[in-house]
Amino acid sequence: MDYIQNSPDDAAAMLKAVGAASVEDFFTSIPKEIRLNRPLNLPPGMTEQELLAHMEELAARNRTTESCTSFLGGGAYSHFIPSLVEQVAGRGEWVTSYTPYQAEASQGTLQSIFEYQTMICELTGLDVANASHYDGSTALAEAVAMALDHSDRNRILVSAAVNPQYREVLRTIFRQLGVEFVELATFEGATATSGLAEFAATAAAVVVQSPNFFGVVEDLAEISRAAKAGGARTIASVNPVSLGLLEPPGACGFDVAVGDAQPFGIETSYGGPWCGFIAARMELIRKMPGRLVGQTVDDKGRRGFCLTLQAREQHIRREKASSNICTNQALMALRATITMSTLGREGLRRMATLSLQRAHELHDAVTSVPGVSRPHQAPFFHEFVIQTPVDPDLLNERLLARGILGGVDLHQSYPDLRNGVLLCATERTSKADIERFRAGLAECLKDPR
Amino acid sequence: MIVDDTALIFEKSRPGRRTWMLPEPDGAPAEKLIPEKYLRKAPPRLPEVAELEVVRHYVRLSQKSFSIDTNFYPLGSCTMKYNPKINEKIAALPGFARIHPHQPASEVQGALQVMHDLQGYLAEISGMDAVTLQPAAGAQGELTGILVIRAFHAERGQGHRSEVLIPDSAHGTNPATCTLAGYKAVSVKSNARGGVDLDDLKKKLSDKTAALMITNPSTLGLFEEEIVTICRMLHEAGAQVYMDGANMNAIQGITRPGDFGVDVMHFNLHKTFSTPHGGGGPGSGPVACKKHLEPYLPVPRVVKRDDAYALDYDRPKSIGRVKAFYGNFGMHVRCYAYIRTHGPDGLRRNAENAVLNANYLKSRVAGRFQIAYDRPCMHEFVINGNPLRKLGIRTLDVAKRLLDYGFHPPTIYFPLIVPECMMIEPTESENRETLDAFAEALMKILDEAKANPDLVHHAPHTMPVGRLDELKAAREPIVRYKPAGGDDVVSRKS
Repeated sequence: MDYIQNSPDDAAAMLKAVGAASVEDFFTSIPKEIRLNRPLNLPPGMTEQELLAHMEELAARNRTTESCTSFLGGGAYSHFIPSLVEQVAGRGEWVTSYTPYQAEASQGTLQSIFEYQTMICELTGLDVANASHYDGSTALAEAVAMALDHSDRNRILVSAAVNPQYREVLRTIFRQLGVEFVELATFEGATATSGLAEFAATAAAVVVQSPNFFGVVEDLAEISRAAKAGGARTIASVNPVSLGLLEPPGACGFDVAVGDAQPFGIETSYGGPWCGFIAARMELIRKMPGRLVGQTVDDKGRRGFCLTLQAREQHIRREKASSNICTNQALMALRATITMSTLGREGLRRMATLSLQRAHELHDAVTSVPGVSRPHQAPFFHEFVIQTPVDPDLLNERLLARGILGGVDLHQSYPDLRNGVLLCATERTSKADIERFRAGLAECLKDPR
Repeated sequence: MIVDDTALIFEKSRPGRRTWMLPEPDGAPAEKLIPEKYLRKAPPRLPEVAELEVVRHYVRLSQKSFSIDTNFYPLGSCTMKYNPKINEKIAALPGFARIHPHQPASEVQGALQVMHDLQGYLAEISGMDAVTLQPAAGAQGELTGILVIRAFHAERGQGHRSEVLIPDSAHGTNPATCTLAGYKAVSVKSNARGGVDLDDLKKKLSDKTAALMITNPSTLGLFEEEIVTICRMLHEAGAQVYMDGANMNAIQGITRPGDFGVDVMHFNLHKTFSTPHGGGGPGSGPVACKKHLEPYLPVPRVVKRDDAYALDYDRPKSIGRVKAFYGNFGMHVRCYAYIRTHGPDGLRRNAENAVLNANYLKSRVAGRFQIAYDRPCMHEFVINGNPLRKLGIRTLDVAKRLLDYGFHPPTIYFPLIVPECMMIEPTESENRETLDAFAEALMKILDEAKANPDLVHHAPHTMPVGRLDELKAAREPIVRYKPAGGDDVVSRKS
C-alpha cells in the first residue's frame, strides 16, 4: 500500500514533461554495483483494516495501567488527562505543522509555546524557559552543559537521590569531555548538606532532585545556600505537579530547574515521547539550549511571536554551539500547556494535594502490614520507599497475580536498600485501590520465600 | 484565518473561573503532611478559565498555523509528507499509550515486539546489522553514533583520533555533535557538481581522522556519486563513516547505506517514516550500525530470547544510556505501522515518487529560476536565489509572498554554500496539480516583483500578522508573559 495520489497516467505525463523515459533516469547517479537488486525483505503491505487488527492484537499483549491497579512512579506518572486534550491537541493543524521558522504562518504554534514558557516560569519561579526538550533526563544534561559553559571547573556534584537513569545519561553525555561527577550521599533519604559548601568550592554545579527519587522533599534553600557559598551553580530536577504545593527552585535561590512535564496531559506511553523543560535565571538566557520564542511586533505594530536569540543554536553556531539540539517537543509541550490551562490554579492545587494525600494514606496503610519497614523518615510528596522481607521481583509477581502493578524495584540502583520498593500514588489512586494493595501486600508477605 | 482573537490565555483569565477536572481534596491538609518551610508562599499564576475558553483558545490558535493537513509544505530536508491518521489512532490505543516504562517485560510483550521487529525492519532498509531505537531525535542519534565510533576507536588503541570530517553542505547539527562528542569538526569542500571534493578530502584525511559524517543524499538533493570511493578512503585511513540519514526517503528500497560502505547512521522517523512533526517535535532518531559497532550501542537493547522479548542491560562495552527509558516509543509504534502498511513495494514507490515529484517540479521552474546543480535530483532540489537581486527582491521576499498563495515556503538560506538558497522537497504525497500550482505561484511572484515590487517586499498580506521585527525580539527579549503593572498576579482570587 501507499498514500501516493498521482496515478500511473499522472506519472507518465510528468515523466514526459521532464523528458525522462522512466524514473530510472533519475537514479543514474547511484552506481549500479550498490543498487539493491531485490525487494526489501519486509512483510508485505497491509490495508488499513488489516493493519488496525494487527496492531490491536499487539496492543492487547500489553497490560495497561488501566487494566491493573498501578503504584508505579519513578519518573513516569499516571495522572488524569482531561478529555479535551486529545481532541484539541490532536487536531491536524497542530499535529502536522513543523518548526515555526516562518513566523507569520506559525503564530498558533509560537503563541502556544510562549504560553508554555510562561507557565514553566510560573511553576519553577524562574525567569526564562525554553520551548521544551526531549525529556527530563536530557534536559538535565543540557543544564549541566550550561553550568560547565559558565565555569572553569569541570566537576559536578550530583545527589545520589537523583533519578538513576538521569545520572546514567549524564555519564554518557559528558564522559569524553573529562567532566568528573561526584556523588553526594543521602541521609534519611535526603541529600546530606553537611560539608557541602566546602565541596561545592571545587564544583561547577550542584545537582539535586526534589522531590527526589525516593519521593523525599529536599531542603532546596539550604542546598542553595551551601552551593552558593562554594561558588557553584545550582540545578534542580523537579516534578512539575509538586510545584502546585512546594516552594519552587527559583524562590529557593536555584539557578536552573529542569524536569519532565509528562504528568500534565501526556501518556506514559512506555517512556516517550514526553516533554523535558529547562528554566533559568535571566542572566543565563544566552546559555539556554534549544528553541526560544519571543514576543515582538509586526510591520503594523501588532503583537506577534517568533523564534528568537537563534545565534545560540547549532544552525548558526555550528561547531561552536554548546548543544546540538534542533527539534523540541512542541506537540508534547502543547498537551502540557492545554492541561495546565484546564487545571488552572485551583486544579493544580487539587492535583498536587490529592496526590500528596493519597500517597500518605497509602503509606499509613502499607506500613501497618507486618514485615514492611521504611528506611527514610524525611517528608515526602507522592512517592516513598518501603522494604519487605521478600525479593521485589517475587513480590511484584505475586501482586500481579492479584491485578496489582507493584512499585519500582530499587535493587539495581540502590543495593543498600535491601528489597527496596518505590511506591507512588496520584489523584487517580482511589481509597479502594489503597485498601486492595494493603490486603494484597499482607497476603504476599505471608510467605517470605 | 481568524485575525481578531489575539489575547493570550493569561489575558482571558478571570478570578473564580474554573473547570471541574478533580474533586476537592478530602484528606489531611498539606500543612499537616509537609513542613511549612517547604510549602510555596504564592501559587503559580496559571490562568483561571472555563473549559469552553480553553477549547476555543487552542482551536483558534491551531487555525493560525500552516500544516500538512491544510497546506502544501515543501520544506527541504524535512520530508513533510502525509501523516496517516490511522497511525495516530493506533498510537493512542490504551495498550500502547497507557503502559508504564517500569512494567516488567513479561507484561509489555506487545510493545517489545513492536520495538524488536522495527529494529529488524530498519536494519533491512539500511543494510545494517543492529539498531537502537533509544535516541529521541536525529541530533541525539548523531551524538549516539559518534560516541559509538569514539568507544570503538578507544578500545582499539586509536584514542588519539581527534577529528571528524564534515562536508560543507552539512546540517548544523553535525559539527555541533562533534564538539559535544569531544571531536574537532573539520570542514570538507564540495565540488562544482555538488559532491564531496575528493582532493580536499584527501588533504584533510589523516591518522587523526576518527570519522566522516556525510549526508547522502546530500542537503543539495544529490546522491554522492563517489560514495564507494569515499568510504573506501576513510576505511583505509582507519576511520569510520557516519551517515546522516535525514534524506533516506529518496533511496529506501533503491540502495542501502550498509551496502555502500557506511558503518553507522541515524534515521529520522519523522521524515522518512511520516511520524508527525508536531510543530517542531517529537522526533525520533534510531541508530543503525554494522556488527563491529554493535557492542557499543546504548543500553538497554531490545532482544528476543526463545519466544519472549526482553530488555538486555548486560552490554559491558555499551556507551550507556542517552535518554531515560527506551526512546520515543509512541513514534516507534507509528513508524512500525507505516512500514507494515507499505511493505517493500510501497516503500520503494515512495522513493520513486518523491524523486519524480522533485524532478517534475524542478523542470517546471527551471526556466525562470537558477537551479544550483542542474542534473537529475533526488527527493529535493535547490535554487540559487542570487539572480533575484536583479529584480530587486530576495529569497526571503519570495518565501513570504508564497504564504499569500497558501503555500508554506521551502527551506531558505540553507544549505549555506548556495547563495540566497531555496531548498524544495515536495515529497511523494503531493499530486501533480499541487506541484503545478506551486510552480505557477513561484513564477507569478517574479512577475509581481517587476510589476508591483512593494507587494512582494511587504508580503505576507493575508496572515494573522505581517512581517515580524525579529531584531527587536532578540534585542529586547520578552520570553514570557508578565501582567501589566509589573510582577503583579495575573488575576486575583477573593
